[in-house]
Amino acid sequence: MAHEDTNVIDQPEVLKPRMVSIEISGKKYEVPEGITVIKALWYTGQEVVRGAGCLGGFCGACATYYRTKDDPKVRTCLACQMAVQDGMSFTIMPPFPARKAIYDIQTLKDPKQDLFNLYPEAPLCRNCNACTEACPQKIDVREGVWKAVFGDFKSVSEMFMDCVMCGMCTPVCIADIAPNLVALYVSRAQGAHFTEKPQGLETRIKEIQDGRFNDEWNKVLAMNEKELADHCATVK
Amino acid sequence: MDIHALQQIVHKTRDARRKQTIPKFSPADRDALIEKYHPDFRKSAYRPIRFGPNADEQTVIELATLLEGDSPIADDLDVTPHYQTDVLVIGGGGAGCAAALHAHGTGAKVILATKLRLGDSNSVMAQGGMQISVAPEDSPVTHFLDTLKGGHMQNDHALLKVMVEEGPAIAKWLIELGVLFDRQADGNLHVKKGGGSSKPRLLTCSDYTGLEIMRVLKDEVLNQKIQLLEFCAAVELLSNDEGHCTGAIFKDLDNHRLVVVAAKSVILATGGIGRLHIQGFPTSNHYGATGDGLCLSYRMGAKLAHIDTFQYHPSGAVYPEQLIGALVTEGIRSEGGHLVNSKGERFVNELDTRDVVSSSIIRECEEGRGIRTMSGRVGVWLDTPLLDAEHGPGTVEKHFPAMMLQFERFGIDISKDPVLIYPTLHYQNGGVKIDTNSETNVKNLFVSGEASGGLHGRNRLMGNSLLDLMVFGKRAGLTAASRAQSMAQGKLTLQHLRRFRAEAKQHGSPSGVISPMVLPAYTRKEN
Ligand SMILES: Cc1cc2nc3c(=O)[nH]c(=O)nc-3n(C[C@H](O)[C@H](O)[C@H](O)COP(=O)(O)OP(=O)(O)OC[C@H]3O[C@@H](n4cnc5c(N)ncnc54)[C@H](O)[C@@H]3O)c2cc1C
Ligand code: SF4
Ligand code: SF4
Ligand code: FES
Repeated sequence: MAHEDTNVIDQPEVLKPRMVSIEISGKKYEVPEGITVIKALWYTGQEVVRGAGCLGGFCGACATYYRTKDDPKVRTCLACQMAVQDGMSFTIMPPFPARKAIYDIQTLKDPKQDLFNLYPEAPLCRNCNACTEACPQKIDVREGVWKAVFGDFKSVSEMFMDCVMCGMCTPVCIADIAPNLVALYVSRAQGAHFTEKPQGLETRIKEIQDGRFNDEWNKVLAMNEKELADHCATVK
Repeated sequence: MDIHALQQIVHKTRDARRKQTIPKFSPADRDALIEKYHPDFRKSAYRPIRFGPNADEQTVIELATLLEGDSPIADDLDVTPHYQTDVLVIGGGGAGCAAALHAHGTGAKVILATKLRLGDSNSVMAQGGMQISVAPEDSPVTHFLDTLKGGHMQNDHALLKVMVEEGPAIAKWLIELGVLFDRQADGNLHVKKGGGSSKPRLLTCSDYTGLEIMRVLKDEVLNQKIQLLEFCAAVELLSNDEGHCTGAIFKDLDNHRLVVVAAKSVILATGGIGRLHIQGFPTSNHYGATGDGLCLSYRMGAKLAHIDTFQYHPSGAVYPEQLIGALVTEGIRSEGGHLVNSKGERFVNELDTRDVVSSSIIRECEEGRGIRTMSGRVGVWLDTPLLDAEHGPGTVEKHFPAMMLQFERFGIDISKDPVLIYPTLHYQNGGVKIDTNSETNVKNLFVSGEASGGLHGRNRLMGNSLLDLMVFGKRAGLTAASRAQSMAQGKLTLQHLRRFRAEAKQHGSPSGVISPMVLPAYTRKEN
């Protein structure tokens, strides 16, 4: 296509992909620069079953440890959301065992106190911040754990709205806390117990039960195709 | 050219565009546009299905091939069950979790089997929201009419009435489980307006609606200790002498062993089809969206509805390469984001229905007013910075944190730079035909969620899917459980498979394709 087209974005890396060396679980491969970590696995002929889910950055299935060339630090990412670069090495993280407390969210008597029975390790946080550093969603996980313990459930639920439950904050915790599970409990408790009941919703449910829309339904459902189409067109 | 240079036209024309209102198409213009540009109308992409319950009906070649495909199971396999249950739920997305929870709630024994991990599905990715008529100026009837109009009047009225009427009770159920919907200052549910809807009706949890709902439902499935079979993909159903569904055969993806589950009733909630990449489109869908439920049901003799129509979401990312096909939520357009061609012009009312908006983007690109990337893709701009200009700095970051983060990872700040988009394969409008209790024409085989068909007609309105999942997941769960309680376990046979194979043979040599697909073949074989 030799168009004289000014509306073309230059992407030399796509036109002539530069190959980079990466290491997957300790073994070296050459792959095109800039493809995602998951695509690099496919590119090197590896089947991915565990370690891939939504492919869109929402499910946390692709939790991965990686290191870049000259940086000693082992970092974490979501493999479907991270581009490979030269000298990078990575390993998809297996799911770590974490204890999930079992509860009936609706019948909790005192959710803020119950936190200490369900997750007794939560108050033992030693402020090391490892969880925050591990979080690919940039959540201030440590702060969240503290807020949970101090009963600020509202803030926790807001802070953890981005949590994809990848579990990367769990194995790093020196106090054996699973911060994501603590936050999930706290968010659910916030929703079920500390959030106002929406009045409008109750009203609508009652209106439906009382048959407030029945006449309108009868009218609409009795229409023939043409009448219905005309009627739909009047809805603005 | 540098992407930033090309973006200048969007910044330069912003103020002028803000003064413009673009009328919606008249019905006649709309139909002409869709027929010319919507991928559903590309005749060459379609062919008739040769045999089975939908014989001679048209669908896309990719799907027809799989529907006619052969089972990986030998029809004399020993089907002595490894597990026995009242209700077997296949699929661990929103519809599957809702079905399992409601069935379990009645006291029935439930097994939930899913291909990947529990929850890894399309449902976690839903960003835009969930339509429920809760606002005082809105009503279930208005919701019904809007949906019908969006669905080209082809929606199943009975299914649709059930969905819109049960919506508010579903919102209540989710809130009681701890789902945190966005609220207004007075404590009422905050509602947004979605494309094709006449009233604001979208319930949201920031732009993480699906994630928030799924975190809660998954947690609840675990709290209820519902038995799970993860990394198990259904590859065949089981039937008794009368052709009723009696269980399923799974392939355990960890060790490739077959697992037989006997069940009194079966609920298929296997979701959609995006990963078939119909007509070569990129997709917004999760890794396991390979249309398995359609193939499994079809072999059992279940009739499919509207399987010739698909939803191409107007805004899939085109740049950077890493995000190809990823969804740029409709919420951006709901809040006023403009679509802009290479000349800096708007060309469609951004809040028109998805089929209209997608068709008009394809038109712009085909007529040379698109922006091309070197990898051969083409798209138009979505003016995301406009939201900050319109509603104050920080709006994009506050309302679309998920999207901000997604692009930030590749060095793009969407509150400052517009993004390049093109339609992406998003949703299967049709699916297995069901009645208002989610049952198919095969007795004791229930289908709910995206795998089912009829409700959305020929085009789904934004936000109606999440509601569909919850309402029909619930109905499937309750009906399947009550059915199971009053019946004995049926015989486990593969008679339907023998019948299907005989029919396939009559229609010429088998295609050589094995279905279901289970996972797309992305692994590079040659080197
Ligand atoms: C990116 C994106 C954004 C969206 N945004 C919205 C929105 O804002 N609002 C809205 O209403 N809708 C939205 N939708 C549509 C909606 O999310 C989906 O239609 C819906 O989630 C489908 O739910 P489901 O339960 O039917 O299927 P899914 O949630 O996809 O779940 C299917 C499950 O079945 C499993 N499965 C598949 N095959 C097999 C097999 N053979 N054996 C065992 N298990 C199997 C899968 O692994 C998965 O767990 C969006 C969709 C996408 C992709
Ligand atoms: S809080 Fe933990 S589980 Fe949640 S995204 Fe961060 S690291 Fe993952
Ligand atoms: S890793 Fe554990 S101990 Fe350290 S800050 Fe986080 S929660 Fe506290
Ligand atoms: S696969 Fe879901 S977050 Fe990466």
